[in-house]
Amino acid sequence: MIRALSITKSIHDWLYSTMSDNMAYFVEMVLIALVYLTIFAVAGLFLVLIERRVAAWFQLRIGPNRVGFQGLLQTMADALKLLSKELTGTEKADKFLYNLAPYFVIITALMALAVIPFTQDFHAFDINIGLLFLIAISSIGVIGILLGGWSSNNKFALIGAMRSGVQTISYELSIGLSLLTMVLITGTLQVSEIVEVQKNGWLIVQGHIPAIIAFMIYMIAGTAETNRAPFDMAEAESELGAGFHTEYSGMKFAYFFLAEFINMFIIAAIATTVFFGAWLSPFGITESIPILGVFWFLAKAMILVFLMMWFRWTFPRLRVDQLLTLEWKYLLPINLMNIVIMALIVWQNLIIQF
Amino acid sequence: MSYFSDIYKGIKTLLTGMSVTGKYFLTSRKGAITQQYPDNRDTLKMFDRFRGEVIMPHNEENQHRCTGCQKCEIACPNGTIEIIWDRGIDEQTGKKKKKIDKFVYHLSMCTMCGLCIDVCPTDAIEWGQNFENSVYDRTALTRVLNEPGSKLMPGVED
Repeated sequence: MIRALSITKSIHDWLYSTMSDNMAYFVEMVLIALVYLTIFAVAGLFLVLIERRVAAWFQLRIGPNRVGFQGLLQTMADALKLLSKELTGTEKADKFLYNLAPYFVIITALMALAVIPFTQDFHAFDINIGLLFLIAISSIGVIGILLGGWSSNNKFALIGAMRSGVQTISYELSIGLSLLTMVLITGTLQVSEIVEVQKNGWLIVQGHIPAIIAFMIYMIAGTAETNRAPFDMAEAESELGAGFHTEYSGMKFAYFFLAEFINMFIIAAIATTVFFGAWLSPFGITESIPILGVFWFLAKAMILVFLMMWFRWTFPRLRVDQLLTLEWKYLLPINLMNIVIMALIVWQNLIIQF
Repeated sequence: MSYFSDIYKGIKTLLTGMSVTGKYFLTSRKGAITQQYPDNRDTLKMFDRFRGEVIMPHNEENQHRCTGCQKCEIACPNGTIEIIWDRGIDEQTGKKKKKIDKFVYHLSMCTMCGLCIDVCPTDAIEWGQNFENSVYDRTALTRVLNEPGSKLMPGVED
């Protein structure tokens, strides 16, 4: 099941030659977990920095450019500052849940990262229900948000958490259905096989019109799922302070903050995998160098992350009723129609393949 | 069927908005409004309406436009301005006339309301562009605005 090993074939062989099979398996799992934790931390901090620079450029500012070259160490410094801060809390908070909530959010984000195929060999957990696993795990995060908001014993946090719940539950439908539209072409939920299918053309090309519609719906719903503007009512600064994490400080706040950015990356990564051929290079130009797959994957994901940042710094925040109207009256019916159209296209074999 | 035209209009307006911000994004390197302050200290030019501190401009012959009417002193809501004046012989007419000795300005008390500048009938005082006013001793914030030995500019009172 763990396929990340062939990229580190020598480590794998060495581990199995020096210790018993069970032990080696365990050590490998720990190593992979450490690698992913590092990716998680670095990617999170890096994304925060990108967000701040991009936001600055959209607003005709310059953004953080003092700490390190072009501000590259700014978020590291921020993280260190947050680490050294006191962990405060409200007096009548439900201490156990209050402390538990950030871990729910961050662990689910981390678990989703395992299924993402960075390249053919750099893919920690390739289960046959990969896509289902991704959708399922990415919606557990909302439990953390609900717990955090409820246990803080603060009205703003509670309102923020409830809004987040409403939003995530509604938009999950759209995410699931838009991915299901693409599954009609691939015929499998296993992530590595979805990539395999795309060797004859990325799915957004193969599925042409319905695939583009599905992609648009996916990006809208994905933005809503990560609680980002224009769907950021869960933390609407002007209304709720900081929303569900109003009462968190220090590293626990940083967990929520990082998880938000990792979730954004995960949404972009799923879109890359399902619509844009994951680590496949455009027209197969670098097929002979498999390690470049990581580059192509990250490049595509970053373009989609940039798109989400573009949304954030362009659109005003939606009202709750507008948010639900958008989902239940527009996205959902269009999505259902789209599935039917896609089914017809797949049935009549009208997909475009090279 | 307003349903589909609504969707079309929605997407169109969203794309219009994105094109506006996209243009800003592309031109931000040139048009950034951020002043990187300590670096550009030599070239920094504050905008015209900036209220840094009250100054009294003097011309090349060390002459100012203040007649010592004390309207600014009366207008000031918190006693920032103190005018020390005296009567002296005017050289041109030979009559006794009110002259300022010291125009004392307490920057530490000033709220930059601008009433003194509005009320000045001879435009003797105006806003300066300096804002680097931090000092270690607050007595350094008490300033005498007229230069030593300065005189009233001829023709101001006509």
